[in-house]
Amino acid sequence: MTVPWYSISALVTKSALHKPATRLYPFEKRAPYARTRGHIQFKIDDCNYCGICAHKCPTHAIVTNKKAKTWAIDHTLCILCNSCVDECREGCITLSNHPLAPLGPADVARFREEYQAPPPPPPTEVELTPRDPAAP
Amino acid sequence: MANRTIVPFGPQHPVLPEPIHLDLELEDETVMQALPSVGYVHRGLELLAEHHDYLDMAHVAERICGICSFIHSQGYCQTVEGLMGLEVPPRAVYLRTMWAEISRIQSHLLWFGLVADAFGYESLFQHSWRIREQIVDIIEETAGGRVIYGTCKVGGVRRDVDNETLQRIGRHIREIEAEYNELADIFRNDRTIRKRTVGIGMLEPENAHALGAVGPVARASGIAFDGRRLGYAAYPELDWEPVVEQAGDSFARCEVRLREINQSFDLIAQCIARMPDGEIEVSIKGKRPQGEVMGRLEQPRGEVCYYMQADGKKNLQRFRVRTPTFANIAPLVHMLKGCDLADVPVITLSIDPCVSCTER
Repeated sequence: MTVPWYSISALVTKSALHKPATRLYPFEKRAPYARTRGHIQFKIDDCNYCGICAHKCPTHAIVTNKKAKTWAIDHTLCILCNSCVDECREGCITLSNHPLAPLGPADVARFREEYQAPPPPPPTEVELTPRDPAAP
Repeated sequence: MANRTIVPFGPQHPVLPEPIHLDLELEDETVMQALPSVGYVHRGLELLAEHHDYLDMAHVAERICGICSFIHSQGYCQTVEGLMGLEVPPRAVYLRTMWAEISRIQSHLLWFGLVADAFGYESLFQHSWRIREQIVDIIEETAGGRVIYGTCKVGGVRRDVDNETLQRIGRHIREIEAEYNELADIFRNDRTIRKRTVGIGMLEPENAHALGAVGPVARASGIAFDGRRLGYAAYPELDWEPVVEQAGDSFARCEVRLREINQSFDLIAQCIARMPDGEIEVSIKGKRPQGEVMGRLEQPRGEVCYYMQADGKKNLQRFRVRTPTFANIAPLVHMLKGCDLADVPVITLSIDPCVSCTER
């Protein structure tokens, strides 16, 4: 049993002399990676309200209105899949590496004014196969 | 005859983060029978697939489970590509294989920490999760997310990783592997761990086969079947052999997973060394899935099956996933017969249950 004791004590010594594996979080923050998916940013000046981003969004988080010239995203629905960033032809949707801070009460109130929930997608017709009465 | 008592185990239990319920019928301290019941986190995935676009479902498939997230999306995309007859570019295939192996390492290291915690080895738990953190950082650097990769899509992958980053990751995983080997040696040679796992929770090869065990549970009982041998992704071009142990006890199941971590490090290094250049996706314009197909893949917990039926519309007609933990519950019930009550958590963790996968 000498080998495990040796390796355990070697590991303990190494860990004791090593700098901590964790950070002092609020004072020391980790720099995000270049690809980290933080949140979606939008520049409204370049937008032509084509609506491709809203069409491609898998969770229907984006709502555009060509007549009223509005664009809104529900950050609570967004899954950061990057489909809108890839599909935007004008390049006005970008991805920020910094995660979005939780919405405060004022943000929620403003968001509710700006954002109109999209109509629910039409239900798909599913053909029900009738049950065979002879089957067990 | 001694008194028989029924002790409920779960759905909320300190050693299991997920809701599985076992009714343990005890005679004194010995388990005579275990009755499992699942269904606490059912999410109705099959009906969801009938109402959503098949391209959007790749995101849903990735969210079936947080630990094997990438392999679920890979399996979904691979099966849909089978229906559509798409040929994925080689670079995308290698990137998928690399991410799948990274996902396997992080899943096994997560299990390693949990099983150490079940023994009461909290320091080993923290050390293994410290190593896992470095793997999760690699995932974030290459894919952008820590749990959900979001890189797999029908027809290829969404993001490319440049060769310079790949080489750096190749060097970094060797450092991580050296750190991991120290921990694995401690786990293998510790007297307490051996005492609580060797010869406990036996699953004989014939029972493993009869009860339909998959993945590390089957391989620990001497069944040399690994789903990656079926020849999907880049596995036929890489040099590797399935990890097999003969003993069939809890220790053998742990040993299979510990060796599989080393194997995955090797596979990642091979993927990086042989990474072909070129496109990462093919166009799917004008194509829709049509027909019926069954896809099989190897997840960290065993073989997963995807069944799909489509008729050329934008949503699938039928979608069903058979996950590895579902197949491993019957062997678990067999293993628990005759064991001590105190061994139940360790035996349950030795099959590495993932209940979110099971209930979909």
